[in-house]
Amino acid sequence: MKQDVVIQIQGANSFYGKKQILKDVTLDIPAQTVTALMGPSGCGKSTLIRCFNRMNDLISNFRFEGKILYKGVDLYAKDVDITDLRREIGMVFQKPNPFPKSIYENVAYGVRIQGITDREFIDGVVEESLKKAALWEEVKDRLHESALSLSGGQQQRICIARALAVKPHVILFDEPCSALDPIATAKIEELITELKRNYTIIVVTHNTAQAARVSDFTAFLYLGDLIEFGPTARIFTVPQDKRTEEYLTGKFG
Amino acid sequence: MSSRKLDKKVDSAFKFVGLAATLFGLVVLAALVVDVVSDGYHRLGWDFFTSFPSRKPEQAGIFSAWVGTIWIMITTAIFAIPLGIGSGIYMEEYAKRNRWTDFIEINIANLAGVPSVIYGILGLGVFIRLMHLDRSVLAGGLILALLILPVIILSTREALRSVPSSIREASYALGATKWQTIRHQVLPAGFGNILTGVILAMSRAIGETAPLITIGALTYIPFLPTNPVAFNKEIPYIHVSLQGFFDPFTVLPIQIFNWVSRPQKGFLADAAAGIIVLLTITLAMNAAAIYLRYKNQKRW
Ligand SMILES: Nc1ncnc2c1ncn2[C@@H]1O[C@H](COP(=O)(O)OP(=O)(O)OP(=O)(O)O)[C@@H](O)[C@H]1O
Ligand SMILES: [Mg+2]
Repeated sequence: MKQDVVIQIQGANSFYGKKQILKDVTLDIPAQTVTALMGPSGCGKSTLIRCFNRMNDLISNFRFEGKILYKGVDLYAKDVDITDLRREIGMVFQKPNPFPKSIYENVAYGVRIQGITDREFIDGVVEESLKKAALWEEVKDRLHESALSLSGGQQQRICIARALAVKPHVILFDEPCSALDPIATAKIEELITELKRNYTIIVVTHNTAQAARVSDFTAFLYLGDLIEFGPTARIFTVPQDKRTEEYLTGKFG
Repeated sequence: MSSRKLDKKVDSAFKFVGLAATLFGLVVLAALVVDVVSDGYHRLGWDFFTSFPSRKPEQAGIFSAWVGTIWIMITTAIFAIPLGIGSGIYMEEYAKRNRWTDFIEINIANLAGVPSVIYGILGLGVFIRLMHLDRSVLAGGLILALLILPVIILSTREALRSVPSSIREASYALGATKWQTIRHQVLPAGFGNILTGVILAMSRAIGETAPLITIGALTYIPFLPTNPVAFNKEIPYIHVSLQGFFDPFTVLPIQIFNWVSRPQKGFLADAAAGIIVLLTITLAMNAAAIYLRYKNQKRW
């Protein structure tokens, strides 16, 4: 099966000040699949995933070398409009972080800041996004209540709906379930599997079982090096590197 | 073991001293309030608020003083609030961190602690001698604006800093620009705390006497600043004037100061009544600030 490639990472090196985090990472992310970035704590998973929407630009001593091509265009080129880029590549964070506003306003925000004011259009986007995030039935009667009044799992789905509302092509998930209970986790995982039909998804996790459950491809990072990348089934059954095998069998991490 | 016992003794001794100190403060405050209220309450009445100061204590009132206080507060707010919040936003969100901004930051913190008379002297030099604003509402308001500007800047920055970075990240991740993120997420989330800071600063300004006396604000003002809006019978019926900002003024603390320095007993009752009014305003503002702060704490 030949896969279209959406994101190509070519020789990525990244630094916080003088400290090097990512070391010459090269990786192709296939379209319409779930790719898991797996590895022990501190190995650079978040650093890597935050390169895809240039979230690291907010950190003053961050430096990036190398290339990341999104549909063939270098994300770190000078003339890239970073706000356009972040609409194409959305993100869901580790801790649910809804805005302290109503459920409706949370989802509408990404559309409103594009200068769109058409009430009916925004209503439509909010409903559609909440449905895609499997939350509509739970909140349709309380759209104007504060998003902070929802449970953790619901808040995380608000964050997913909010990301979907700006019609991205890629969605980045940085440990989206680490603050949630098993039932809420199962719901998010189910949602991720559902979403991959229309979106390219990258999920950071240090939970190997989760990677096995949701992903089609798995990349194993260790101390900033990409150790191994391939179809999840293969990585989990016949890992090629000793370190991957040790990680999967719980010898470290 | 024995050092353990000693620690315990020190602990209970400290608790006792702390309690005593707190009670002492409360008792003194309560005594002051009771004293002032018993001296002044019989002067409080409609007439007291609608009469100008007078040579006869029983006819004197605070009409020009409370109207003057409102004029001065509005003038102060017009200058201090936009400038203070604007600088706070700039320094917290936009300014690069370097030696130059560090220097400015330290100086703003220092300015917040400068005694208010110094601002009076500065105002005397700049607004009155240099700009010839005279002892006007504008001059007084500008001085108080300078006085509370550092406080507003500092509390704005504090309020913005306490907005969790996860909110900013969420906004940026949806393709928001820096200004959109500040305007639509950071400012609304920090608004309650900014407002708290502004109210506290204004309540400080309302009780200030020293800088206004330094510029020679008059203590006997039996008239009001010109009304900003006047109605008349000819077209266009309504007349708008900024003259009030250039008129002389008095404010509550100055009126009180004037009365306590009089020898006649009757004026002391007037002063006490004035103090009750001023205290009520200040306490109400502080209570509003505390309420806002409490309401905002529950958000995250
Ligand atoms: N802002 C920063 N400044 C300096 N060092 C940082 C910064 N953020 C992360 N690091 C360091 O970079 C390394 C990689 O961090 P990163 O957050 O990418 O790890 P991670 O794989 O996501 O770990 P975890 O599973 O704990 O989330 C860590 O050693 C971390 O201490
Ligand atoms: Mg991480």
